[in-house]
Amino acid sequence: MGGVCFEYDVDGENFASAGNASESVKRTLKQLGVSPASVRRVAIAMYEGEINMVIHAHGGKAAVEIFPDHIEIRLIDRGPGIADIDLAMKAGYSTATENIRSLGFGAGMGLPNMKKYSDEMTIDSAVGVGTTVYLRINF
Amino acid sequence: MTIREVVKLLDAQILCGEEHLDTEIHTACGSDMMSDVLAYVKDQSVLLTGLLNPQVVRTAEMMDMLCIVFVRGKRPEQPVIDLAEQKGIVLLSTEKRLFVACGILYTNGLGG
Repeated sequence: MGGVCFEYDVDGENFASAGNASESVKRTLKQLGVSPASVRRVAIAMYEGEINMVIHAHGGKAAVEIFPDHIEIRLIDRGPGIADIDLAMKAGYSTATENIRSLGFGAGMGLPNMKKYSDEMTIDSAVGVGTTVYLRINF
Repeated sequence: MTIREVVKLLDAQILCGEEHLDTEIHTACGSDMMSDVLAYVKDQSVLLTGLLNPQVVRTAEMMDMLCIVFVRGKRPEQPVIDLAEQKGIVLLSTEKRLFVACGILYTNGLGG
């Protein structure tokens, strides 16, 4: 049986609106009665992904499917792609600019944090084509 | 302690969320790096920071935090205050520096 699907556009030109999609998913899960601990894991993992799409990839799409016992999130962008995924997964490694750091992000914790808060995570990326991050979080 | 006591201890100005001042809080964290807040913070309900952009409110919201204290006399712009108001997050502003503000709250019983 399929889950309930939602799709969001993540605006890459608007740093202020980053987090809108995650906030919406967070609210929906709360309304569905998902436990607060699970809601928070989803919110943080997806928010980190959204921030990544805005600061590295000029935005993209977030496709979310909610099942009774888990959620699947696909973050799809047509950004520059990730040349070395293992390196990108290393805590503290970041290609973010000084400008992004001055906004409080770019500590190289985004991808490791997404992994930490999810039960399954895969990254599919090609340089010059884009990146898709798949996250599954069990409730 | 309550958020009202935080206001008193830090001699802080209330920017929004006056109706939530009697909410009990037990822990806090101080950081200008939202990435670190998202990575290391567990159940802290107050965030002390010198950063003013809207993602501070977003970060606090994702972490289920109840109150943000802007240090060094900083005040965010109105859209940031509006966003916090909408999310039910209390915003405070204190003249104290981050280290001092954290120290005052810690010595008065707020945990890390």
